[in-house]
Amino acid sequence: MRLITHNMLSCNIKGVTNGFPLKIEAEKVIEKEVDFNPDFLRHMFAKIEWKALVEAARSMGYAELPEDSPDAAAIDSADETFLRKLHHALLELHLEEGALVCPETGRKFPVNKATFWTHIDSVDQSGGSASMWTT
Amino acid sequence: MKLKQLEGLLGDLQQFSNPKVELEQYPTGPHIASRMLFTAENSYGDITDKVVADFGCGCGTLSAAASLLDAACVIGFDIDPESLETAALNAEDLEVEIDFVQCDITKLELKGRTVDTVVMNPPFGTRKKGADMEFLSAAMKVASQAVYSLHKTSTREHIKRAALRDFNAKSAEVICELRYDLPKLYKFHKRKEVDIAVDLWRFEPRQNN
Repeated sequence: MRLITHNMLSCNIKGVTNGFPLKIEAEKVIEKEVDFNPDFLRHMFAKIEWKALVEAARSMGYAELPEDSPDAAAIDSADETFLRKLHHALLELHLEEGALVCPETGRKFPVNKATFWTHIDSVDQSGGSASMWTT
Repeated sequence: MKLKQLEGLLGDLQQFSNPKVELEQYPTGPHIASRMLFTAENSYGDITDKVVADFGCGCGTLSAAASLLDAACVIGFDIDPESLETAALNAEDLEVEIDFVQCDITKLELKGRTVDTVVMNPPFGTRKKGADMEFLSAAMKVASQAVYSLHKTSTREHIKRAALRDFNAKSAEVICELRYDLPKLYKFHKRKEVDIAVDLWRFEPRQNN
């Protein structure tokens, strides 16, 4: 799972008021190179929860992102350094094995083979299904 | 990538080995999948360099198509662990990156509006009544740019009304009508093959939030 995806996910268990961001427990992180697309990154930057991304990247072993979100001028400038860091954090780091943890309840949701599992019960044949989102 | 090439690649994907009838698991064939995504990109620019979510991704056919058309990021969501295993294998075979999330789509709440486009072939609501509407409602909450979805032609007026009135759609357009070939997948199917008229819809959400 890449951090661009992690940045959208929150814990929706009933009763949880603030399930975002999910903490990352990284057991296996791999890096895969992807083509650099500055326009896409500029467009994405406005939508990202910055602090969540910085913390998540750190959990994955990447501490190059600035603590404070740069202002718009920095994004539009010709200097690619910042965009390259953003690119690396968002798209090139993969959580292959580990868990995402609800910040409020401590409930752990496994990530394995890069898939994020909110529950691992197989679907009930009678039509209902147990869902961790509403326990 | 040419349409024929896309269709060819999607035709090689593995499909449900053990389809679950209560989830209405039917493969999205390469013919429909390729045309759906090809149109989304060539007519509307909704796929390349965009963040694309595939709701009820099953074995990941639509997700794979989005990746092959150079979406910036593709995320597949499904409730069934077995399908996701197959989807992950398909992504590996095609050498594309897709993140998969196992969850109940009707209970999903995504932070922000990072997703540009949602593509989906949702359940038609033949097993769990209203499932098609639940998927549409969920998709409209998440997409910032467009939702592409397949629904039975017989539900056309109902879908249009619900989308515009209840699901925050700025527009709801049937892009084309397709024939969905369903092979005999389940024991209760009497005919060897059946043909269902489906609409390919494009919905645009209103720009609030």
